[in-house]
Amino acid sequence: MKKILLEINNLKKNYHNKKNEIEAIDNLNFSVYENEILAIVGPSGCGKSTLLSILSNQDKPSSGKIIKNKELSIGYMLQSDSLFPWLTVKENALLPMEIKKQKTEENIKNVMNLFKKYGLQDFISMYPNNLSGGMRQRVALIRTLSFNPNLLLLDEPYSALDYQTRLALSNDLYNIIKQEGKTAILITHDIAEAISLADRVIVLSKRPCTVKNIYDIKLENKTNPIDNRKDPKFYYYYDLIWRDLDVHI
Amino acid sequence: MSTFSKEHNDYLKKEKIYKIKVHLTQILVIIGLFITWQILANKNIINTFLYSSPKLIIETIISLFKQNILFSHILITLYEVLLSFIIASSIAFIVSTMLWWNKFLSKVFAPFLTVINSLPKVALGPLIIIWAGANMNSIIIMSLLISVFITIINLYESFISTNKNYIILLKSLGATKKDIFQKVIIKSNTSNIISALKINLSMNFIGVVMGELLVSKKGLGYLIMYASSIFNINLIITAIIILGLLSVFLYSIFSYIEKNYFKK
Repeated sequence: MKKILLEINNLKKNYHNKKNEIEAIDNLNFSVYENEILAIVGPSGCGKSTLLSILSNQDKPSSGKIIKNKELSIGYMLQSDSLFPWLTVKENALLPMEIKKQKTEENIKNVMNLFKKYGLQDFISMYPNNLSGGMRQRVALIRTLSFNPNLLLLDEPYSALDYQTRLALSNDLYNIIKQEGKTAILITHDIAEAISLADRVIVLSKRPCTVKNIYDIKLENKTNPIDNRKDPKFYYYYDLIWRDLDVHI
Repeated sequence: MSTFSKEHNDYLKKEKIYKIKVHLTQILVIIGLFITWQILANKNIINTFLYSSPKLIIETIISLFKQNILFSHILITLYEVLLSFIIASSIAFIVSTMLWWNKFLSKVFAPFLTVINSLPKVALGPLIIIWAGANMNSIIIMSLLISVFITIINLYESFISTNKNYIILLKSLGATKKDIFQKVIIKSNTSNIISALKINLSMNFIGVVMGELLVSKKGLGYLIMYASSIFNINLIITAIIILGLLSVFLYSIFSYIEKNYFKK
């Protein structure tokens, strides 16, 4: 039995405004297992961001339960790198500890090790504006990892970057997640990205969103995200998910 | 350091020369204006009794200096400006922070602020004098009324327009409201805060002079009032020019601080 880190039970979320009530999420159920990469795809406007804000504690569900493993700590990585331009790369990466009041010698050492491991040690006293988009994302990832969370919440990472950089970074992201032994929820609208990175893909329905399908991605030769795209089974899953999404313009 | 190519050095030189040209032209425009003014006065095309002349202004400054009252008027105005600047900035900072902190407060008071801000404060002059007396208090109050509301609005607007992602990031880390204020709102708005304070300063300047025109026994505004009562146009224009120089002086102090301490 794989260990469950997070379990979502009958989650429901409604939004209210003057004119009407919007059902964003209705009866959503799924689990997140330790050490997996779980991709969540869905049509645009389906409530992915609502789900994210609930998972990252920004918002409360209307009803339903989120059962968290005792050891669960979540690192949330936003769509934009959101590095503070007035702080150096190092200060940015240490920010989470400062907020969480966990700025110990040991934790700082861990972050410095991450910088070294991922080739950023020469840039730590620079300001983010002097870094390329790809490097900034790497710094943002190290910031997310800085307080050693076991679950990473990735909101369309790198969607602001150009295609080539994104491809290279998704390899990078995959390696870092696996090397550091993390679990990740990847929210994306990019089917190819989901299949190439994830162990499982959850397809959400249109609003109010529920789980439409869950796929175990079993490629014939699973290596890294870029090569996974050449796998014979890749388009098999692509086709299935594409049908599920049922896109109409 | 000159590892640049010749082309790049030429480019830098060109930029520098361009900048010097702009400054030089600005100085020439001012000198040209004064020279024209003096020539018109010399040729009796304008009446120096009504329009004064650069030469008469310089003479007036020298005579004020000799009477030992030039700097005392300047200093009193400067003192009032700085005092009201400090009070207005503190009040505005505290109030805008409270409005940011509490959405209910901001909802309640936003319309009041807008209305009070658009009210011509000089209309309150007589009331202020009756309530606060014909002394420096009235001048400070006038200056505060003119400056504080617009500064509150400017600061509050910049606080609430902070990049939402920065706030989401901190919230996801379990940050308190105080954390968010200290680590994001203040830091990401340094340049907005400085420009709000700049506007505050010029408002204080306007307010102090307006207050001095209404009620005072000293200061440059008083000098203008006094001069107009004895129909001394030279003195009026002299005081106005000194006011102009003073505001340039204050502004450049501000720019200096901004440049040297808040570079990033």
